[in-house]
Amino acid sequence: MTAKKTALQEERLKTLSGFDVKRIYTGEDSETNYDKDLGEPGKFPFTRGVYETMYREKLWTMRLFSGFGTPEQTNRRLKYLIAHGQTGLSIAFHMPTLVGYNSDHPLSAGEVGKVGVAVDSLKDMEILFDGIKLDEVTTSMTINGPACAVWAFYIAAAENQGANRKELRGTIQNDVLKEYTAQKTWIFPPEPGLRLVVDTIEFASKELPKWHPVSISGYHIREAGSTATQELAFTLADGLCYVDSCIERGLSINDFCPRLSFFFNSHNDFFEEIAKYRAARRIWAKEMKKRNGNEQSQKLRFHTQTAGCTLTAQQPLNNIVRVTMQALAAVLGGTQSLHTNSYDEALALPTDESAKLALRTQQIIAYESGVTKTVDPLGGSYYIEWLTNRMEEEAYGGGVLKCIEKNFFQSEIAKSAYEYQKAVDENREKIVGVNCFQTDERQIKILKISSKVRKVQSKKLSLLRKHRDNDAVRNALDALVESAKTGENIMPPTICAVESYCTVGEICSSLAKVFGEHKSNVF
Amino acid sequence: MKRVLVAKPGLDGHDRGAKVMARALRDAGFEVIYTGIRQTPQQIASAAVQEGVDAVCMSILSGAHKELVPEVVRLLKKSGVKPLVIVGGIIPKDDVAFLKKNGVSEVYGPGTPMSVPISYMKSKLKV
Repeated sequence: MTAKKTALQEERLKTLSGFDVKRIYTGEDSETNYDKDLGEPGKFPFTRGVYETMYREKLWTMRLFSGFGTPEQTNRRLKYLIAHGQTGLSIAFHMPTLVGYNSDHPLSAGEVGKVGVAVDSLKDMEILFDGIKLDEVTTSMTINGPACAVWAFYIAAAENQGANRKELRGTIQNDVLKEYTAQKTWIFPPEPGLRLVVDTIEFASKELPKWHPVSISGYHIREAGSTATQELAFTLADGLCYVDSCIERGLSINDFCPRLSFFFNSHNDFFEEIAKYRAARRIWAKEMKKRNGNEQSQKLRFHTQTAGCTLTAQQPLNNIVRVTMQALAAVLGGTQSLHTNSYDEALALPTDESAKLALRTQQIIAYESGVTKTVDPLGGSYYIEWLTNRMEEEAYGGGVLKCIEKNFFQSEIAKSAYEYQKAVDENREKIVGVNCFQTDERQIKILKISSKVRKVQSKKLSLLRKHRDNDAVRNALDALVESAKTGENIMPPTICAVESYCTVGEICSSLAKVFGEHKSNVF
Repeated sequence: MKRVLVAKPGLDGHDRGAKVMARALRDAGFEVIYTGIRQTPQQIASAAVQEGVDAVCMSILSGAHKELVPEVVRLLKKSGVKPLVIVGGIIPKDDVAFLKKNGVSEVYGPGTPMSVPISYMKSKLKV
């Protein structure tokens, strides 16, 4: 019994990534050269933050990931969140849009409007942002495989509102590499997938200089079950792959790199998460410096989402506490933008009320906790600096495309996910309300999405097909296919296509004729 | 050795649960066939028939369970096979009864220890 107890305690004295944690840390553990390893905030290597003044001058952007049902329903949710003080928009699309199908595609049955908003054409995008001036907000869109089409919807919708595309600010996730390894909403195989990303980066650097054309994402890698160090390593490796591919295309690093952004998870191990963000900044700065990137290129800016996979269906109100701590870790780690999950998200998409509470959580951290008053308040902590160094040591890696082909990332992530679940099942990792302190359940009210959304969207699509100029549609799709073949930048013909009211399904199936579709290896 | 098909119906790519359960079932002595993601009900039913499985375990987190799961059950019946059908994922309480009425033996939600469905399947399949 005693021996068993000791073993259990030892297990818990590791970080979630498996580093042994000592009883106490001193200056001997965390040897750092201030100028070389930390630097002043806003100075190389940006370990302490990318801006000199951080939240003293400007808070992070509070951006709740939102989308469900029809564009009309999500438009109401966006306006509700803006009314309650949200400072940026973030759009969740439904599964069919994410994989490039229209709502009336046979494989869309059962999926329409369920995990996000249904957007089939420019018309839907206009409804989604009706009454919201797109040159006055910043919008993040979680879209990957069909990013060129959905971004084109957005640009066209903004221009139809009278906005100048040069002024548009926002982000498309557009990180296809992590789709193959983690989130799995891919369409095309990795090579043409990567080419489309480079096309969008090139287009942004010329036409939408204030836009972030890719958000290099560790979030989904972590949700799929990786550790913090795997999240860090695989994400930065993906980032390096994009940078090197753009340089190969002939782009100059300082023309595009300052607009790349990152997206990390904030999980339960508080200090390890903070160290992860600090290490990410330092590694990126060093890597970009090696590639002759200027200070703007060296700055790793990131969005954070609290970890969806840590939410429990049991005792859902406990999730409010989890989210608060995860959000605090992101803020202490110097995030530029933050999504906080709602407490009911292990059960369903959030209700108005639960989403508002998630927003209030950020506002309380921002305005009441006092943590925003100084930059990198944990800098110099023996433990934090030691952990930051450890994360950096563990994270180095390379050769992303090869690794995807060989399934290295997927198998490492799956292995970690299984190990973690075993640790939870064997009570080595404690989850309050799940494997300890359990109580009887009380039902909470959850958001339900009507199965009628598919009918509504399908009807819109048949009207669209009837009333648009179908010769123009055919010409636009032919031009798109031609660009896909010749290797010209895909964005100009995609924008032409959406302006002729081509649908997301038509654009993606046209591209798939040239590029083919990705098939995954199973394990 | 009992054979189990682990399947991901629909467009959802969240396969963490499916893969974790596939490994757990394998370690518990089942022979596991995993379909991979984005499977149609037709593909799942065909795989179940071809592989002659004793159980079909479906993982679904996208909210499409009410459409996709009964369709798999219908196609299995049509093919004249009767494997045990288990569903895991984010299934609202009200929908659990609906699925059970439509041929599903058990439904497991988030936070379920891996041993719970495994013990259930062992007892049902007399392992």
